Amino acid sequence: MPDTGFQQVGLKVDRRLTLLENAIKKHQYKKDALLEILHTAQELYGYLDRSLLTYISKLLRLPPSHVYGVATFYNLFKLKKPGAHVVTVCMGTACYVKGAEEIVSTIEKEFNFKRGETTEDGRLSLFVTRCIGACAMAPNAIVDGETIGKATPEEVLKKIRTILEAAKVEAR
Amino acid sequence: MKPDELRNLAQREAELRKSYRYRINVCCSSGCMPFGALKVLSAFKDAVKELGVEEECYVARTGCIGTCSIAPAVLVEPGDYLYQNVTTDKVKEIVKEHIVNGRPVKEMLYGNEAYFKKQLRIVLRNAGKIDPLRIEDYIAVGGYYALLKALTRMTPEGVIEEVALSGLKGRGGAGFLTGLKWRYVARATGSPKYVIANLDEGDPGVFANRTLAEADPHAIIEGMAIAAYAVGASKGYIYVRSEYPLAVETLKKAIEAARSMGFLGEKIFETVFSFDIELRLGAGAFVAGEETAILASIEGRRAMPRPRPPYPAHSGLWGKPTLINNVETFANVPVILLKGSEWFASIGVKNCTGTKCFSLTGKVNNPGLIEVPMGITLGEVVFEIGGGVPPGRKFKAVQVGGPSGGFLPENLLNLPIDYESLNKAGAIMGSGGIVVLDDTSCMVDTAKFFTEFCVDESCGKCVPCRAGLYKLYKILDGFTRGKGSLEDLNKVEELCEFIKEASLCGLGQTAPNPTLTTLKYFRDEYIAHIVEKKCPAGKCFKNGGGESGVE
Repeated sequence: MPDTGFQQVGLKVDRRLTLLENAIKKHQYKKDALLEILHTAQELYGYLDRSLLTYISKLLRLPPSHVYGVATFYNLFKLKKPGAHVVTVCMGTACYVKGAEEIVSTIEKEFNFKRGETTEDGRLSLFVTRCIGACAMAPNAIVDGETIGKATPEEVLKKIRTILEAAKVEAR
Repeated sequence: MKPDELRNLAQREAELRKSYRYRINVCCSSGCMPFGALKVLSAFKDAVKELGVEEECYVARTGCIGTCSIAPAVLVEPGDYLYQNVTTDKVKEIVKEHIVNGRPVKEMLYGNEAYFKKQLRIVLRNAGKIDPLRIEDYIAVGGYYALLKALTRMTPEGVIEEVALSGLKGRGGAGFLTGLKWRYVARATGSPKYVIANLDEGDPGVFANRTLAEADPHAIIEGMAIAAYAVGASKGYIYVRSEYPLAVETLKKAIEAARSMGFLGEKIFETVFSFDIELRLGAGAFVAGEETAILASIEGRRAMPRPRPPYPAHSGLWGKPTLINNVETFANVPVILLKGSEWFASIGVKNCTGTKCFSLTGKVNNPGLIEVPMGITLGEVVFEIGGGVPPGRKFKAVQVGGPSGGFLPENLLNLPIDYESLNKAGAIMGSGGIVVLDDTSCMVDTAKFFTEFCVDESCGKCVPCRAGLYKLYKILDGFTRGKGSLEDLNKVEELCEFIKEASLCGLGQTAPNPTLTTLKYFRDEYIAHIVEKKCPAGKCFKNGGGESGVE
């Protein structure tokens, strides 16, 4: 039984941790399953913070630098906590030639932050992605998982505002 | 499964299909899903029940029909009636008129026949016509029959010979002869051997491989199993982008189904051949599609390429002989074995046989997924299949081959699509993206866009790619902001040639293509930016516009 060491790295023992450990066990602690395990960890926790990466490195008996190196190499892995709501604008070729840049810059201006960032209140994150593959409906934006095809900056802004408004009402 | 069982099952399934007078195929691929395809599917199921035609009309959830611009699309057989933009409120009328009364609803049909006229569907033979999640659907149309033939009636060398004679070339872009590659792996010493299917379609604007996996996953699996038999491999991996959740899900289920039917696993068709496939998810790295980088990624490391030789055929996964082919290459294999290499070699042109799938996008009237015989001209694709640029706009350029493909101008529209002709013109086949640009696109800005992409995606291992592309990007960015001189153009050309020559892998070697081709064919636009400080397309020189993410 490998040294789990979750307490040393400050991870809470909860259901997510159990699920993560199970996934690692399923891969028989194989070092080459690192990517699969990072996928699972991100699915469970939403992002990969330092303690999580350290923990994984201990379980797989890999140097923390190796795990960190892999996690930062691939675009998909997020090392910072994303906002409560997420807008992703597709920046694939088809979307770019059909005006995706305008959508992104409009959102940036409106909420006063840059792509890849989260608003200070932690409510909204803006990401750009390389092609979601719905090129025939370009440009595409995804607001909290819902795809808007043939999107305009106004339409996307409106959708974001609606979602933020709804969240506010709910919070009350 | 025993050989007889496959034959019986195929017969039973074919009869079952025939017992329905109509079949409604609802496209539920990534192109149609965001626009309510699943709701349309269940609406059709409800409607046939409600109108009492359940017994004679089968409603199927299928993959891509190819016409992504009319999502959600629905295909009614027999007669291949294609309905466009089907929303739930139209469903009942379609069932009532078409199925109950036998009168297709003309106003709702997609009237564009030119879109299909020049296409030839070999790889996409089943796309949109079978349920990818029902392995029986694939068996009904002759699925796994080629694997049976290979295992019971052909030697491994015989399979390789057949593939070699067909002239099939790697569909991942480089165009290496598939038969030859297989032979290298078959002759390599070392055990075990591996087969990898490359579905790391990281190119923006390209979705041909994804659509294939979503529509006909078993064609890929069967092709891989045949390849494994030919080269002597016992384990396979499909490396798929995690950005393709539907393709991942479909492949996962297809592998399970193939396993439970005995097409994967131990002693397939009661022979000594055993083979199994595992799915591996990428995590968003364009360079991972490079064949040595994909190895590193499957081994759980950073996807960084290494110099070749040794080639993966001799030293691949964990140092063992490994065959890496694109999924489209694999999907060609079962048909070649069933119909023969001679038949396959008769399609396309000399030295470039068969077909190629492309995702056709950008400023074109009929974007979608197409499959065309090799040798078709760019003009036929853009204007006859694609229907040309939107009304009132003027065609400017067409890009073939993803972010590292070149831009070709109007006077090259009669260029035939084959590996050689494209390379000569400065473009590449790539994994299958055709993007059309009209007069609203600025070529300098577009070259900058793709260079930025490659800067982002460069793994950083070799200097020409890491530092050279960044330098190139900075100069191009300057052009779009009114900086730079005419001498810089020579500098750019020099830099591009250097990056091409000195980079370690395909990413760096092809990254300068967009810049080089735009310089060659659209030099006047560069001059307009530098000398007149004007952007002919009106895209650059805007306040804060074109602010880049690269710093």
